[in-house]
This record gives sequence, C-alpha cells and structure tokens, in this order.
Amino acid sequence: MKISTLRYSIKQSFISIRRNLLFSLASIGTIVACLFLFGVFYSIIINMTSEVKSIQSTLTVSVFFDEGTDENRIMEIGNELKSISNVDTINYVSAEKAWAGYIDDVYNGDTDYVHAVFGDDNPLENASSYEITLKNLSKQNETVEVIKTIPNVRKVNSSDVTAQSLNSVSRLVGYASIGIITILFLVSLFLISNTITIGISVRKEEIAIMKLIGAKDSFVRTPFVIEGIIIGLVGSFIPLVMLYFMYNAMSQYLSEHFTLIANMFKMVPVAEVFKGMAPVSVAIGVGIGFFGSLLTTRKHLRV
Amino acid sequence: MIVLDHVSMKYPTGTLALDDVTFHIGKGEFVFIVGSSGSGKTTLIKLLLNEIKPTKGDIVVSGMTYSKLKRRDIPKLRRKFGVVFQNFRLLKDRTVFENVAFAQQVVEKSNKEIRREVPAVLTMVGLASEYKKYPKQLSGGEQQRVAIARAIVNRPDIILADEPTGNLDPANSTEIMELLDDLNKKGTTVVVVTHNKEIVDAMQKRVIRLKKGKIVSDVVKGGYKDED
Repeated sequence: MKISTLRYSIKQSFISIRRNLLFSLASIGTIVACLFLFGVFYSIIINMTSEVKSIQSTLTVSVFFDEGTDENRIMEIGNELKSISNVDTINYVSAEKAWAGYIDDVYNGDTDYVHAVFGDDNPLENASSYEITLKNLSKQNETVEVIKTIPNVRKVNSSDVTAQSLNSVSRLVGYASIGIITILFLVSLFLISNTITIGISVRKEEIAIMKLIGAKDSFVRTPFVIEGIIIGLVGSFIPLVMLYFMYNAMSQYLSEHFTLIANMFKMVPVAEVFKGMAPVSVAIGVGIGFFGSLLTTRKHLRV
Repeated sequence: MIVLDHVSMKYPTGTLALDDVTFHIGKGEFVFIVGSSGSGKTTLIKLLLNEIKPTKGDIVVSGMTYSKLKRRDIPKLRRKFGVVFQNFRLLKDRTVFENVAFAQQVVEKSNKEIRREVPAVLTMVGLASEYKKYPKQLSGGEQQRVAIARAIVNRPDIILADEPTGNLDPANSTEIMELLDDLNKKGTTVVVVTHNKEIVDAMQKRVIRLKKGKIVSDVVKGGYKDED
C-alpha cells in the first residue's frame, strides 16, 4: 500500500470516528471497561501467584527413614526423591542438624540448659530427614503418596493447607476473570461491529462510487479497519493509565495505613505488573478493534 | 474495444432485461445508446461495469473477457471506464477539488500526481476557479462538469455517461455534449446512454436503439426516433 493511500485511509478513519462520535465513544467505553477489569484481575492474579510462590518456597515436606537405615540407603532414597518430577529442591538434614535446629527453635539456642538436661544425648538420633520443596504445591498430596511408596521411608510430614488454599483461590479468581472478560470481549466486538456498520451505512454512497470507479477491496476496507484499531488502541491506553495510578495509590495506602498487612503481603512492584499487562492489554484492544472491523467489513462490503 | 456477444440478462424475478444483444464499439467511437425506460439501458450499464453478470453470452472490454474475470481483476476492468453517473453522484461534503481528487485517491495515485492532474482537468472542464466550492454551491451544469472531470481524470479508455444531460437545461446540455465530443476527438471512446432526443439528433453520431431488451436499430450517423 502506498504511503499516500495509507494517509488517506487514516484521515478517513478519523473523519468516520468524528462523524459517529457517540458510537465510537461507546465502543471505546466497553473496551475500557473490559481491559480495566482484565487489568484488575491480572494484578490480583499476579500478586497471588507471587505470594503463593513465596509461601511455597518456605514450605517443605520432610521425609523420615526407618530406624537403622544406613547412609548408603539414605543416599539412594535421596536419588529416588530427586527423580520425582514435582520435587524441586532436596536438602539432607542430619540428626545433629535436626537437634541443633530444635534447640534453636524450642530452647532459643540455650545450649547450656539443653546440655544440663540431655547431656550429650541426641533425642533426635533417628530423626535425620530429607527436606524437600515442591514445584507445584497443588500436587502435594499425590507427591507425598509417591514418596510413601519408597522403601525405608517411615514417615512423610507435609506442609499445611495454606498454600494450597491460596492456589485454589488464585485459580478460582482466574476462572472468574476469564468468564467475565470473555463476556466483555464479546460485547466489545459487538459494539465495534455496530460502530463500523454505522460508518459503512453513512458512507454507503461514497463506497458505491469508489467500487464503480475501480477501488480495490483493500482500499475500501482499510479505513474501517484502521478505525477499529484506533478505537481499540484508545480503549486499551485509558485503563492502563487508570490502573497505573490506582495500583500505585493502593500500594502506598496499604503500606501507610495497614502496616501489618503490608508486612505479610508484599505487593508486586507496578513496573513488574505492567511489564506483562501493558503489552497484553494493547494487543487485546488492538485485536478486538482489528478483528471486529475486519469481520464487519467482510460481512457488509462484499466488494 | 467493447464487444457484446449474444448477451442476455434475465433477473431472478423473471424479467428479461436484455435479450440476445450483440454489438461492437471500436476504439475512438462516439456512440449513443437510446431507448425508453424499461428498454434495458440501465441493465446494459450494470453489465458493462460488471455489477451484474449476464445470464447468457459474454462481454469483452479492452481485451478483458468478463466470463474469465477473477474477483481481483474487477477493479482493473472498472478503471478502463470513466463513469458519469445519472444525477452526478458527487460527494456533498467535499469540495470540487476533493471530488475529482477522490477518483485518483481510489486508484491510489500519489499526492504529487493528484496536485498536478486535478487542476489540469478542472481547467479542461472550465472549473479551475471553482475548485474550493462545494457541489451545492454550483449550478447543475457545473456539477455535471465536475462529474465529467472526475470521470476523465484517470485518463480512461472509455467514458460511460448515464443520462449526462438528464438534469440539465438545453444550454447546459449542449455544453456538456460538446465537452464529451472534445474528449472523443482526443481519442477517448465515448458511450452515452440517454433518452434526450435533442442532443442525439444534434450530434449525428452512431445510435444503438434498444427496445424491450433487444437492439432494434444500429445506425452509424443517426438521430432519435419519435417512437422511443
């Protein structure tokens, strides 16, 4: 396409948007609503995912062995654990280390007192273990069942359900957002299609003349497709700007007014959220505009 | 240049608009196609512009055989014609310059070409000084001149004029026909579809007369007949 033709098409797109300003604004409005919700859910999910990950990294599954299991067998068990696909990291905790840790946790590191009570005994002599972290905590139960089948494994202590619950909530939010966003996408497509249809009917005479004096299909369609893209582009930028300021404000508000929550729950920095969200939002906005107008011109122009 | 070979057009309603029409128009000819309403003139124009396809027969224009045309060839075919529509069909929201430039934008001419060629054509039709005006600010004759300027700006092989004097008084009609005659003398084939008896009689050009979809006469230098 020639530059002059592209310039002509862009000019015509703006003229058409101006002529059908109300419909154009309605289309932009629905895309804004759609992508705003998308942005809200995206932010929630990315924060929950980040939280799940940070909790996941602190939760371990402990694997204890039968009494009297020798070191060679313990090493073999270690290798077997490594071969399980959901196992992320594996760390051997010897009986001494376990006892030292227990002293730290329970007696606040008061070794004199412990020595006075237990002497040189190690009550956790048979408590050497492997501490493992999992790649996917939602599959914890299955993985624990697999570990239990390994010979000489006496006991498997798994973490509580907090992370799993977070994971389920995160998934639920994900499904709900997909549902709502899909409906809004369809509404956006419908409204864009309506706007373009009106644009076509307003320019019916012009299009008829164009066709009769030898306009190519692409020449007739391009201004409408550009119109759709412009609507999509504007509709994607507005929620991004809104979300940027709202996210920052909320982040600041939480840290200032709810210190306790802010300490427990660290919000993902806005730049990191937008790194993924901005291109996806723009792509969705432009995509809705492009396909909405393309399908409509194909249906109505048949040139 | 234009060949109609046993062309018939029957609409889905059953109306036989053209019935076995055959004629040949050579390069550089000036031809009137005349007939009363319902004679098939409008159908003929639609067929020539490939808006509809004949139910029988075939058409060849400048070497392009309609039955063999692909969809993508249609714009190329239509660019062979400069069409002067009935009722001018100018774009009301655009100036004289923009209306003529529109035809060039459609065929994707560069802005440089448009700036060079549009004023030249407006000068040719005597509207150089009116280029900023909108159609409603012009007389009927002037509007038709704009329509002709738009039709000829891309230098088509054929000018196809549908009732070019339909909305004009006799003086303006004569001027428009003189303009078309001048273009014909410069080598452009001109086909005028009309039922304006005065201009057909005055011009003494080839006249193809249609009646109820059939050619009833084809005279090399003729006039209109009262029965039409």
